[in-house]
Amino acid sequence: MGADGIGAAVRRKEDVRFLTGRGTYTDDISRHGQTHAYIVRSSQPHAAIKRIDTSKALAAPGVVAVFTGADMAADGVGGLPCGWLIKNKDGSPMKEPAHPPLVVDRVRHVGDQVAVVIAETKAQAKDAAELVEIDFEPLPAVVDSLDALKAAAPQVHGDAAPGNLCYDWELGDKAAVDAAFAKAHKVAKIDLFNNRLIPNAMEPRAATGDYDPASGDYTLYTTSQNPHVIRLLMGAFVLHIPESKLRVYAPDVGGGFGSKIYHYAEEAIVTWAAGKLKRPVRWTADRSESFMSDAHGRDHHSHAELALDKDGKFLALRVATVANMGAYLSTFASCIPTYLYATLLAGVYTTPAIYAEVKAVFTNTVPVDAYRGAGRPEATFLIERLVDIAAKEMGMDRVEIRRRNFIPTDAFPYQTPVALQYDSGDYFSTLEQAQKTADWTGFEARRAEAKKRGKLRGIGVSTYLEACGIAPSNIAGALGARAGLYEAATVRVHPTGSVTILTGSHSHGQGHETTFAQVVAETLGIGIDQIDVVHGDTNKIPFGMGTYGSRSLAVGGTAIVKALDKVVNKAKKIAAHLLEASVNDIEFKDGKFTVVGTDKSKTFGEIALTAYVPHNYPLEELEPGLEENAFYDPKNFTFPGGCHIAEVEIDPDTGVTKVVNFTAVDDVGRVINPMIVEGQVQGGVAQGIGQALLENCVYDKSGQLITGSYMDYAMPRADDLPSIGVATHVTLCTHNPLGVKGCGEVGAIGSPPAVINAVVDALKDHGVTHMDMPASPQKVWSVINGARRMAAE
Amino acid sequence: MYDFAYHKASSVADAAAKAKGNDDAKFMAGGQTLIPTLKQRLARPSDVIDLAAIADLKSIAAGGGAVTLGAMATHASVAASADVKKAIPALAALAEGIGDPQVRNRGTVGGSVANNDPAADYPAAVLGLGATIHTDQRQIAADDFFLSVFTTALNPGELITRISFPVPEKAAYVKFPSPASRYAMIGVFVAKTAKGARVVVTGAGNGVIRIKSMEAALDKAWSAASLDGIAVSASACNGDIHGSSEYRAHLISVMAKRAVAAAG
Repeated sequence: MGADGIGAAVRRKEDVRFLTGRGTYTDDISRHGQTHAYIVRSSQPHAAIKRIDTSKALAAPGVVAVFTGADMAADGVGGLPCGWLIKNKDGSPMKEPAHPPLVVDRVRHVGDQVAVVIAETKAQAKDAAELVEIDFEPLPAVVDSLDALKAAAPQVHGDAAPGNLCYDWELGDKAAVDAAFAKAHKVAKIDLFNNRLIPNAMEPRAATGDYDPASGDYTLYTTSQNPHVIRLLMGAFVLHIPESKLRVYAPDVGGGFGSKIYHYAEEAIVTWAAGKLKRPVRWTADRSESFMSDAHGRDHHSHAELALDKDGKFLALRVATVANMGAYLSTFASCIPTYLYATLLAGVYTTPAIYAEVKAVFTNTVPVDAYRGAGRPEATFLIERLVDIAAKEMGMDRVEIRRRNFIPTDAFPYQTPVALQYDSGDYFSTLEQAQKTADWTGFEARRAEAKKRGKLRGIGVSTYLEACGIAPSNIAGALGARAGLYEAATVRVHPTGSVTILTGSHSHGQGHETTFAQVVAETLGIGIDQIDVVHGDTNKIPFGMGTYGSRSLAVGGTAIVKALDKVVNKAKKIAAHLLEASVNDIEFKDGKFTVVGTDKSKTFGEIALTAYVPHNYPLEELEPGLEENAFYDPKNFTFPGGCHIAEVEIDPDTGVTKVVNFTAVDDVGRVINPMIVEGQVQGGVAQGIGQALLENCVYDKSGQLITGSYMDYAMPRADDLPSIGVATHVTLCTHNPLGVKGCGEVGAIGSPPAVINAVVDALKDHGVTHMDMPASPQKVWSVINGARRMAAE
Repeated sequence: MYDFAYHKASSVADAAAKAKGNDDAKFMAGGQTLIPTLKQRLARPSDVIDLAAIADLKSIAAGGGAVTLGAMATHASVAASADVKKAIPALAALAEGIGDPQVRNRGTVGGSVANNDPAADYPAAVLGLGATIHTDQRQIAADDFFLSVFTTALNPGELITRISFPVPEKAAYVKFPSPASRYAMIGVFVAKTAKGARVVVTGAGNGVIRIKSMEAALDKAWSAASLDGIAVSASACNGDIHGSSEYRAHLISVMAKRAVAAAG
């Protein structure tokens, strides 16, 4: 390993510009002659639009244009597409109601886009927006997915989705599961609600559309995790612009967590409007808009049952989930509660039979899509809570029941009953290491000490697994994906030996500019200061699918490695020519090409220069230059996993829960930069603790968003969090050359059940067996107070 | 933000003159409520009269059995004042616990008290210590000052100049912050004063309220145990998603006991 190669905790190259305020975000980009857009949003949860009068707004100072859904429809603008087709149990396709960028005659959630006002300044656009007159005829609304399935429920899309049902899907062998339950010794059951979350990236979404009338070229500057996906969807389905005429550029992006994967209405609106007006049109969400227009996460109702034999071995798992899609299908909404959820229900256990059925439901709420973990946190929370309940049912130790059901370390590759085949893992070691670090055996003494201080202390464990590195395109395609899920990279070696990497992955906090550079540095034997990573601009980078699902290193990094292999192979041929040796005798190590067994060598820089100044060069056999592309389509998902242990203290007088210790031991495969991995895990755990104790999106019955600002939506702050101990225990991924698995989501996936298991453990003397998230002070106090009252009566 | 005319007042008299006869004018002290309200277009004043340049409103003084804070004394300056810490440590600690550093460096005691947010901290100390509010027109006793949500005894155009807090024998403020906003979901200010004990709650209802049953118990014996069994009716409290009225009423008892214990 070089000083800054694989395994080195080098500081992040990108942090110099981020920490000194020199990043370039979408809102930092100004275009000559630009106009400012303001979106008029629905104040109504559900209403028919009788009339829109834009005349007063059009007459307001500085207003350039006011457009409605009718204007876009008249121009043939299409609806926002969904990228994954899910089929019902009977094989019929899911319902895909129209999702126009600006609504035409009906609004379906608070925040729905009704019109756009475009003016010379943002303030003028905002002033004029207040003059747009909309006659709403309010309709009854439904916000909860279980309510939406009731016979008399308001219909969000009428005949386009009868009964509000998007799909009714199943996975697994129902007959085998039923048979296993019939002979079960015990059955553990749980009903739970996985709380709806609002993503809250630090940078609000923004988009600027630009159109060059001379060339006919469009440019969209946008806060995206995957600019090529946006170009594909918007160009092909919404605005019908050839890809050669459409550039999408996602510059520095301040956090995504999934919420910036999707093609949003505003992107299409500003691009289309720029073409109409022949002037740049820019839009930046204010924070209130983010709350009501960024796709939300989670929101599952589930009932699950686990059949056990007399030894505590899991015989079968049965799960029924109702997933809230919100008012429309967001880009990847349909695959989250299906192929990113139910396929994970085996977890780290040998459960031989699993059957899951999932109903996806429309409601009058903001669309729901992937949010850090995306389906896998929901699966993990369900399994890890149910396993604790099973331990209680069986009178078994919580750790012992897990160990008894772990997939043995020598059983890999392991085929689960829910489609996935795990390539590697060692769940015993991550568990044991975490128990040791967390001093699991010393816990009862700490509980007793806390009791003396009047505090209820509890400990919880979660042994989890997730699937990353999405995805083998042929498998994804067979399951309904409407896109390939490979990644692309270009390695461009410059004449003096410095290197530019062009990647289809996109960094919005992950530190790719450093991690990818370390991979290159390791391979080419040059320093990371010689390596630059370019991402985000479809006019520069190869066609790639972007960053989500912890896929960047496993898929994008592998594409880089494959391109590097090509570079090294070609460089060896050049070296063989210069050194007058056979290419088979050339060895490349530490940045030097050497004739094996001699001291004859050439440096990487010398070879690069020769490639671009080919005076002494085998021009008949080899092209000049040193630049290679690679596309990599993964052979399988990767399967990070591990063990999280949370220790909490509850103040019984107030119900306040403090996480006092947190230990994460994760198997993320090979670690390229341990500092970045630690940061990714800590950030994920912070979000997981946020979901477990604080965050909760709440609508009232009428469909108004109660948690529409930080006054009511509880984001975790630094003082809500403990010091988070992070360690890794590595087993290598067997099917990518780096052996990497992914680390972006493990924290958010493993931690919520660990925290709630600890809360339930702390409250075990109060008759608590389950608590839905968030375990807010009020909720915890109510449970304690209720138990006290019952004891008093 | 809607357009408004901005004025920088040079003195209290100048500020009053600029506001005179204009019901749509707003004074701005630290602006920590007004500016966010303007930015969200929830207020539309014709004129904003900035008090920041009035130097003699920023004084902090202790003496004569009282701490006197100029209306424009920032929370940070009160929290850091050696005089306040020595005379009424509970007041300095309260100021130290408001908002975040940005808010404490801009927000002022006069602004907070005049605004009378039902979840604000300062009104609890003003009422809890039986302070006197001095305006450019008169003096108002704390008991007569806070009327209802965002409503005080101040007349239109009347300006707080300073607030005088009698030094108590003992006092403490303990708050239970909202998990989301960190405003007081319940804050309890207790004081043992020459005129008797005071227990004042913020965050519960439409403004600060005294809990007279608790005050009577503490007058008999100043100890947390004196509050055992004294429940506050849930009907005195508002509820929201973070705290039902029943939970808030319970928290009043818990925080009051903790405040008495903290006061010593």
